[in-house]
Amino acid sequence: MSAIVIENVSRIYQKYSARHRFQTFKSALLRGDFFRTLKSAELVTALEDISFTVDRGRTFGVIGENGSGKSTLLKIVAGITKPTSGRITVNGKVSALIELGAGFHPEISGRENVFINGIMLGLAKKEIQRKFDQIVGFAELEEFIDAPVKTYSSGMYMRLGFSVAINVNPDILLIDEVLAVGDASFVPKCLDKIDDFRRRGKTILFVSHDLATVEKICDRVVWLKNGRIMTIGEPKRIVDAYLQDVADKQEQSFEKKRQERAVEMTAEPESWDEGRRENRWGKREVEIKKVVLRNVEGREKHVFSPDEGMTIDIEVEAYSRIEDFVFGFGVFNSKGIAVYGTNTHLEDFEPVLIKGPGRVSCRIDALNLINGTYYLDVAVHKRDGYPYDYHQNMYSFLVSSTARDNGVARLPHVWEFSPGIAVKPSPR
Amino acid sequence: MNIIHNIRDLWKCRVLIHNLVVRELKARYRGTVLGFFWSFFNPLLLMIVYTIVFGFIIGPRDPAFGNSPILYALFLFCGVLPWTWFSSSAIESANVLMIQGNLIKKVLFPAEILPIVVVTSNFIHFLFGLPILLAAKGLIVLLIPGARPFTWHVLLIPLVMIVQFVFSLGFAFLLSALTVHFRDIKDILSNLLTFWFFATPIVYPLTFQSIQKSSFLRTFLSLNPMTHIIGGYQSSLFYGEILRWAGLGLTLLAALVFLYFGYLVFDRLRDSFPEEV
Repeated sequence: MSAIVIENVSRIYQKYSARHRFQTFKSALLRGDFFRTLKSAELVTALEDISFTVDRGRTFGVIGENGSGKSTLLKIVAGITKPTSGRITVNGKVSALIELGAGFHPEISGRENVFINGIMLGLAKKEIQRKFDQIVGFAELEEFIDAPVKTYSSGMYMRLGFSVAINVNPDILLIDEVLAVGDASFVPKCLDKIDDFRRRGKTILFVSHDLATVEKICDRVVWLKNGRIMTIGEPKRIVDAYLQDVADKQEQSFEKKRQERAVEMTAEPESWDEGRRENRWGKREVEIKKVVLRNVEGREKHVFSPDEGMTIDIEVEAYSRIEDFVFGFGVFNSKGIAVYGTNTHLEDFEPVLIKGPGRVSCRIDALNLINGTYYLDVAVHKRDGYPYDYHQNMYSFLVSSTARDNGVARLPHVWEFSPGIAVKPSPR
Repeated sequence: MNIIHNIRDLWKCRVLIHNLVVRELKARYRGTVLGFFWSFFNPLLLMIVYTIVFGFIIGPRDPAFGNSPILYALFLFCGVLPWTWFSSSAIESANVLMIQGNLIKKVLFPAEILPIVVVTSNFIHFLFGLPILLAAKGLIVLLIPGARPFTWHVLLIPLVMIVQFVFSLGFAFLLSALTVHFRDIKDILSNLLTFWFFATPIVYPLTFQSIQKSSFLRTFLSLNPMTHIIGGYQSSLFYGEILRWAGLGLTLLAALVFLYFGYLVFDRLRDSFPEEV
């Protein structure tokens, strides 16, 4: 039995206000309709020909970039918005966590709001009375429940909204990115509650940008892009495909930025040659001509996964015979913390001679870094520190993964448990 | 459109409507010192202003008041109190879909509940004011010689309220739905209501000489549904007469048609609310 059946659903929005949608009064009367047909330039397609089925008892994830139509899809399933064309069938009582506490009135107390919100979501007054302590307890608001809601912090507001909505006991739960605002102790509680729902065989449609959670709790995932379905399938595979797509996009924007910077630099050659810029200095007896980041296969790249390897390719040219030289690089994270730095001198390479053009590359077998943007310093200098050419923060790359670990770097590690400690294996 | 089906859905929402009305009443005067007494003070203050201007400065010029400004004040009160119900319903319903936009956009919520709640909560306000109006009448009957005593006609007031409720609701549906698309209505409305107030026999009685002489004025006033509604309150409470059944009956009929039309417009525009409010 299917809980949600979506057949060829499209939703078209107008770009601007609907005022110009109205016909003249005369034609409205003649044709019995207020609206005129709109030109296609005035329209935006939020969803285009979406079809899929969610089986009862399944947790179905929806992922995609901002503006890909996820929220519109959820609103259509909830019945808040009607599809422009297509058909949708929902079997069972729906509760939508689209905006928590949307119906709260700021002037009246939390207690009264719980009742009204509960009734709005389809509970009977007696049911609310029975569940009241449970609702307030879950939201951890026992002390403040009789204060007006306008005095609540946004976290308290959200907790109460979530608590009411989750206690409606629906057959189908729609969740739209609402967990993003919770604090470190409340979010796991919500996830527990959602797990509880899954165990009781309820259907969940889950929209989120938190890909790790999607991967963990969903049975199937649909990936929307620009209002169309890219793929539907097994979570791990879809999330990976989506991440790859995001990485490709970031790659392109990095590339574009790099080109813009190159244009900027050639456009003002004086300052370029002055010798000392904020992020480049040295007299360039040995010049760094080009720095390229590649993956282990040698493809130029700017977005890496944590266990991927990276090669730093440095093209240099010496304008005279130089016998004292050191090559080095440093990696900094976005907080400016030095993650790692080394050079050929520290690693006891003895310089002998450099003359004319050349190439230096350093291969890192696995980055072992956490999520984030990293900046690279690349330099060539004398052993006493006199710089020939020093590039500070001029190169950057991104590490992107679903892992949620903390710190500066990821230490390679393996967990082991003695037989007395029971754990479910991690899906990774 | 399946109107029976819609009415059945509405009936299911009665608990919600009830709770929203209570919330509205509680929230309105939360934080004020006098609380719900404002629902009485507001029309009282308005009445005092009119009594001073029309009663003492201009002077009542109709035999019904016997030159007594106090009697005239009572007459005013009979009209101003229900008018306040009507006009604040209209003004609030013009805004209600925008103010409660979150409900329409983020929660599955039958939008027609909102104008119903507006009209109903203003009706409850009116009911709060009613005992004070009755007390004022009682006091005046005791103190002023020549004042008309209470008659059984007072019991007919609920009938007038039904007519006014139906008419106000039709107007509220129409206003709330159209204002979503034409925000100008809010500005037009306040001017329209001022005009409408004076086009209804509230500060002057229908028996006024200049009205009786002009057939144009009489036709014009009788085309205004509020004339018959306010007139109903005045005849049952102030004059102690039987209601003018023909006028009031026709008004009820017109109000029902108007309600149907207002709901039709509301229903037709319903799907555009979530993206427009």
